[in-house]
Amino acid sequence: MVEAAVRPPPRPSPKGEGDHIKNGEQVPLIEVRELVKDFDVSRPWLNRVIEGAPRQLLRAVDGVSFAIQRGETLSLVGESGCGKSTVARLICGLYEPTGGSVVFDGVDLGKVTSRSEMLQLRRRFQMIFQDPYASLNPRWRVRDIIAEPMRSLGLVKAAGLCDKRVAELLTSVGLSPQDMDKYPHEFSGGQRQRISIARALSSNPEFLVCDEPTSALDVSVQAQILNLMKDLQREHGLTYLFISHNLAVVSHISTRVGVMYLGRIVEIADTNTLFERPLHPYTQMLQSAIPDITMSGKPRVPVAGEVPNPLDPPGGCTFNPRCPYAKDKCRVERPPLAPFDGASVACHGIHDGWIPIRTAAHA
Amino acid sequence: MTEVQKPGTDPKPGEPGSVPASSDREPLLAVRHLRVEFNTRRGTLTAIDDVSFTIAPGEVLGVVGESGAGKSITGTAVIGLLEPPGRIAGGEILLEGRRIDNLPFEQMRKIRGRHIGAIFQDPLTSLNPLYTIGRQIVETIRTHLPMTETQARARAIELLQEVGIPAPERRIDNFPHQFSGGMRQRVVIALALCANPRLIIADEPTTALDVSVQAQIITLLKRLCREHGTAVMLITHDMGVIAETSDRVAVMYAGRIAEIGPVQEVIHNPQHPYTMGLMGSIPSIGASAEHLPQIEGSMPRLNAIPRGCAFNPRCPRVFDRCRVERPSLMPADKSLAACWLHAPEMAAPGAKSDWAEGAVHG
Repeated sequence: MVEAAVRPPPRPSPKGEGDHIKNGEQVPLIEVRELVKDFDVSRPWLNRVIEGAPRQLLRAVDGVSFAIQRGETLSLVGESGCGKSTVARLICGLYEPTGGSVVFDGVDLGKVTSRSEMLQLRRRFQMIFQDPYASLNPRWRVRDIIAEPMRSLGLVKAAGLCDKRVAELLTSVGLSPQDMDKYPHEFSGGQRQRISIARALSSNPEFLVCDEPTSALDVSVQAQILNLMKDLQREHGLTYLFISHNLAVVSHISTRVGVMYLGRIVEIADTNTLFERPLHPYTQMLQSAIPDITMSGKPRVPVAGEVPNPLDPPGGCTFNPRCPYAKDKCRVERPPLAPFDGASVACHGIHDGWIPIRTAAHA
Repeated sequence: MTEVQKPGTDPKPGEPGSVPASSDREPLLAVRHLRVEFNTRRGTLTAIDDVSFTIAPGEVLGVVGESGAGKSITGTAVIGLLEPPGRIAGGEILLEGRRIDNLPFEQMRKIRGRHIGAIFQDPLTSLNPLYTIGRQIVETIRTHLPMTETQARARAIELLQEVGIPAPERRIDNFPHQFSGGMRQRVVIALALCANPRLIIADEPTTALDVSVQAQIITLLKRLCREHGTAVMLITHDMGVIAETSDRVAVMYAGRIAEIGPVQEVIHNPQHPYTMGLMGSIPSIGASAEHLPQIEGSMPRLNAIPRGCAFNPRCPRVFDRCRVERPSLMPADKSLAACWLHAPEMAAPGAKSDWAEGAVHG
């Protein structure tokens, strides 16, 4: 019993032996189906009544579907406002989806009604946030911060066991057990992010949603955190959903990458495939926009325009006003995300064959 | 340099190696032994400690470093906008041979904008939200140049056109909130260019922008500097931006310059162990390393900068001398690096291979 209390969840081994295989097919750990999220950005009620202004909805996530297998890292990349963080929050239950469903290990989270069942599921996924200065309560000691998920989920009752587990967690993220009596302000940004990771790991989750975990950090610290995340993934068999705007970071950490634009996934593929052969014009544009640190002098695809106003997105393919290959069809018909030679891409030009397929030459 | 400089003894200005010379041209900006201190209740913190560099006319000098390295403070000191308790405690700043660090506030105000332009990170806070952008640009132009309202407005439209704002004659009467982030940064660049300054201090100009917009702004900055012959001090933490834009780069660490040299050299052939670590820790697309090389630990706080070389507790090649004596910038291949590995007696033929074990000769 003592052992069970220290390491709370008696969970199946990460590389499943049969229990997540149905009809010979592996069931993904998490699956998102046609997820939609609208935000109400209308004027206040009185203004609407007086001015006759209509109700206004902003569709932040527009029919996003993907699945993540156990032990995999799926990254979502895109520019600000593309809906990647909203997807992360929808999965963690911080927002209620307007439509679609999130299925975790075969259970539709929207259909779970009993609180105890929900708590059981909640324990198995956690989230790491971008800003380590805002995501840790400044008035709490590190011990309480890290033990919070265990307490609120009722995993550990005895205080002594709790401390033991916190010490264990601190060591595993590269901090010292003595640090548990300190307050967050005594730590640097990188160390704080380590505390966030320890907190996320405290309920022994299987799935971590990481929303820009290294964006607020300096490069040398970013390298430390990325290495730590990879080590933890290997040791604990974790599955990650990684949200980032930095393509280089994404290429380093992920097994698969989804590119988002205005609330939709425009391309999703294995990391190597995506970076060696970007299909969607937006993916190509994003890649060529990264400053070239090797100074190889390769020519850039000229980038035009900015992300349009999401309140009034263009018809058809939302990328059409910026796309150098856009034709009439793109302005009218919304392209579906469909498989294409080892990847999935939402682009008429690729599927109908008028966009040349280029492979990026990385030395 | 035949003799190693002893710590604390400032090399005389003008001596070879004391101020890294960018080229044979007369420098536009020369910063010599700059020292910036902050008086706090818990004692004096040295944010910038003996920093020297020059910028030639038309040159782009990148200043790179992690947060707290002192890169922004250096920029603020140059434009004379250090706020108390920060103060310049030593050294001098010369613009076209004229000292500007000790000028009274009103005189400095005339130089700022007219001779030195500034672009800051957040384009929303650099613009006044209550005035149209036209009014802000016209006011800036008329402060520095003898122009009538009509002339200034015509020039403002011209500038907006130049920085790539579509339909400038209509947009000039818009307020900042009516522009997107990238467009706002273009307006800020137009403001910095108003009086045709010879030098622009750009502090993280693209950090708040998305990659696609960042690429546009970098291209714009490069084109404008080429066309106007404006020199730029580009402060950023993003080595990629530096690689795309700069001619030379200074790498800062804990308030000191660790390495300064041509951008190609610093990126492909770094000489200071910190630069090597920094370059290694940047993830790159296509590289399939399981682990990124990482520098252990983090940058020291200003009140706890170690003795000797500030990088010594994190340095993989540290030896005894690093813990005691502080290295000045010394020639290292085609760059200058503040590292004892490049001390003349270490650079004896054949000595390069056994750097690591601290084999100090002489």
